[in-house]
Amino acid sequence: MKRLASVNDFVIRFANVNGSGSASANNLFAKAVFRMGIPVSPKNIFPSNIQGLPTWYEVRISKDGYLGRRGGYDFIVAINGQTLKKDYEDLLPGGYFLYDSTRSLDQSFSREDITLIGIPLTRICNEEIENIKLRPLLKNIIYVGALSALLDMEFSVLTDSLTQQFAKKPKLAEPNIKCLEIGFNYAEAHFKDICDLKVSRRKILDRHILMDGNTATALGAIYGGATVAGWYPITPSTSVVEAFDKFTRKYRLDGEGKRRAAVIQAEDELAAMGIALGAGWNGVRAFTATSGPGVSLMNELLGLAYFAEIPVVLVDVQRVGPSTGMPTRTQQADILACAYASHGDTKHLLLIPSTPEECFDLAAESFDLAEALQTPVIFISDLDLGMNDHVTLPMEWDDSRTYNRGKVLDREQLETLDWKWGRYLDRDKDGIGYRTYPGTHPEKGAYFTRGSSHDEYARYTEDSEDYKRCMARLDRKWQTARSMVPGPEIRMADEKARVGVIFYGTSAHAVYEAVDLLEKEGIHLNTMRLKAFPFPDKVLEFIRNQDRVFIVEQNRDSQMRTLLVNEFELPPAALTAVPYVGGTPIDAWFVCRSIQNALANGPLARSEKGGDA
Amino acid sequence: MSSRRPVFRHPNLPSNDLGYTRRAYEGLDSTLCAGCGHDSISNAIITACFELAVEPHRIGKISGIGCSSKTPAYFLGRSHGFNSVHGRMPSVATGASMANRDLLYIGVSGDGDTASIGMGQFVHVARRNINMVYIVMNNGCYGLTKGQDSATADKGSASRKGRPNPFEAIDLCEMAIQLGAGFVARGFAGDKEHLVPLVKAAIKHKGFALIDVISPCVTFNNTDTSTKSYHWVRDHMEATAFFDFIPVHREITAEYEAGSDTTIALHDGSLIHLHKTDGSLDITSRRAVIAALEDYRERGQILTGILHVNQSLGDTHDILETTKAPLNSLTEKELCPGNQVLQKIMDSYR
Repeated sequence: MKRLASVNDFVIRFANVNGSGSASANNLFAKAVFRMGIPVSPKNIFPSNIQGLPTWYEVRISKDGYLGRRGGYDFIVAINGQTLKKDYEDLLPGGYFLYDSTRSLDQSFSREDITLIGIPLTRICNEEIENIKLRPLLKNIIYVGALSALLDMEFSVLTDSLTQQFAKKPKLAEPNIKCLEIGFNYAEAHFKDICDLKVSRRKILDRHILMDGNTATALGAIYGGATVAGWYPITPSTSVVEAFDKFTRKYRLDGEGKRRAAVIQAEDELAAMGIALGAGWNGVRAFTATSGPGVSLMNELLGLAYFAEIPVVLVDVQRVGPSTGMPTRTQQADILACAYASHGDTKHLLLIPSTPEECFDLAAESFDLAEALQTPVIFISDLDLGMNDHVTLPMEWDDSRTYNRGKVLDREQLETLDWKWGRYLDRDKDGIGYRTYPGTHPEKGAYFTRGSSHDEYARYTEDSEDYKRCMARLDRKWQTARSMVPGPEIRMADEKARVGVIFYGTSAHAVYEAVDLLEKEGIHLNTMRLKAFPFPDKVLEFIRNQDRVFIVEQNRDSQMRTLLVNEFELPPAALTAVPYVGGTPIDAWFVCRSIQNALANGPLARSEKGGDA
Repeated sequence: MSSRRPVFRHPNLPSNDLGYTRRAYEGLDSTLCAGCGHDSISNAIITACFELAVEPHRIGKISGIGCSSKTPAYFLGRSHGFNSVHGRMPSVATGASMANRDLLYIGVSGDGDTASIGMGQFVHVARRNINMVYIVMNNGCYGLTKGQDSATADKGSASRKGRPNPFEAIDLCEMAIQLGAGFVARGFAGDKEHLVPLVKAAIKHKGFALIDVISPCVTFNNTDTSTKSYHWVRDHMEATAFFDFIPVHREITAEYEAGSDTTIALHDGSLIHLHKTDGSLDITSRRAVIAALEDYRERGQILTGILHVNQSLGDTHDILETTKAPLNSLTEKELCPGNQVLQKIMDSYR
């Protein structure tokens, strides 16, 4: 048997029971790799449950900086009896299987192409740890200690992390460090030189940080000047507003310790959006955060915001649908629901980040766009980006940057206006009128905001011509938006490649890796990462310049493909769908396989659609 | 048909403390049916704001959907109005109030808009204690869709459609008291004399103030068999107590018999003088008021007036500890922590 061997380039999967403290132990491991200067990508694949169900945690270690999922597992730490057999079967040939050998494996565990590493974790815990309550938690720390020996990691990085983590409770650090040592010593004594996967300090990362997308989004909202958040808890968006609330308590206080922000936990998503909308109407930057089920409920108010032209930002951290779907798994399946949310002719701006750094930038920018265009902006993230830690470049804020508050008339401007103002009058021919905040002027600038049909002066109308003018102006505004949203990121292959691949959000990491892998096979691909809807002209230009275009996305129906076909009136055959529907983050091997097969066999066969679990 | 105000104005119209005549508080002509109770409520709002000398542009008028929710176009034309969507007025008002705590917010809703589609939002805006006046123009039916029963229609009451309502009625006032609202009143559109002071007191109350105004629908629900008709309500209503509303800095001119009156001071120093009668209700006691409402209901009578006042509650801004300045007045300097702070935050993620 040939054992898998590599330095700083492998995938390790932890199989645990949720609610056992495993996520923090596994995160300790991932953070240690990060602190050794090596690109690392942890992914928590967890159940919608608090305690007792299977949960996995994957750590991709990649010296080449590939931060998406690769596909396959080189090393599995199998702590969950419920999934032991499947975890065993999922391991790649030549891989390593670390399990709790307090109970021995039965005869059905008969693979000869893997290396078994049995450590009696439960027995060691029972012997070494007096506090019964701490045993299940510390069991996880023991295998982290063992890993550090097996993988040749710097032990001090782990102990330093623990000391830092328990800085306020040094008493807790002590048993943790002891368990690290127990695990380390056991592996050293029993499994010396058995593992050819190694982690070795490098200086690949220096400026980078390790942060989840939801925290970065919240920071973007802080820096973008948001003050009012209405929200309703829903996985995986909850931590956006919780982080926003936490940051405001630190960075948004006046001289008397009073808060320069209002965060209201609403009774449902309808109210959450209503609160954000009412606040946006009244002149603050406001937002709400939700996931697919919340977007469904918010449709009503999104339509109102579109038609009454009220700036508001909606953060949609996507999860698996339809309906309740898989609440703790990731997907990119709200694209159409967001782009055309609500009844009647509606369209909404979408901004789609793919890293935490971009979450920060685009979250801040979304408020500028919402106010400049006086319309909702939907910031579309997903569970993978939002809740998992990512190695990302540090965020930066240009202190000379000013907020674009859009066309708002203040008291002096209203006083000296030399034209007859109307809220929805398109004076600048860009589809955008001048708005006023309530309470601005004693006699001028008041108007009646409504979701019913209105003319340029905000007066109710049922006249066809008035209505047609209004809808045409909203379309004009949409065209204005096309030149304001962030353009796509296009990378042309070195050779004169005529095949392109389109993707967005978190699919980017797996696709970029797949493109490199395919290049080694002689397949050269031009890439375009979409960042926004409406699509700027460059998007069409890219598509037109290819002989063949793939579109990779994490949903069954290739929703972005539908949107592109519809908006650019493309023949559907112009875009070959590469849909991934597993609910886990998309992996590079899947993208490779799909594109390779498609290029070899013509159109992508139906049976090849979809990813693994 | 619409009610049109005469164009002629007396040259010597009285003006208020700010120098505005009543006209500065009026809106567009109403497009509701002639005789609609809602127009009387609009007029009461105009009179109350005029007499209290509220700055006519420092008001946010917010409504949902229905006949009631059209009315903000018909009063306070110098203020911004927001005719939102069905049942969502409370959340929009909440957001507006969070954005600028310095304006007066008048929310207008109907019984369908509040007691059915908007029940969830009504409940939560009350328990959050948003500083606003919440007026329900309550006619017991859906006027704009031609007279279906609403959730406040009394059991057994029959509208023009003729079939008695078989379901239990929701009493919004009783609910609001149970939810902890600090000001709860019931008015009658046919009793302007009492409605204006109710609106004034609600405006001066800091926090959530509900006025459930029974407002007959002359077209669909003003029949002999309806308990929301003008004549039924007139015959069956009884006020908790007669009261005077005395704005701050106004001299008390009426004489009160010692021991027979209760005075409740509102947040800004305005006073509510309640003229007690024998066995009259203690409106500061939630328990007593809920019992009284139940008693009246059993007798087929309607208790009106100020039903409950609690001046000890903090509003949402107090609860959330928001800064004194309206959030919409804050500038980038106050909102953006700057790059130096950001880099410190970045360090904690390494």
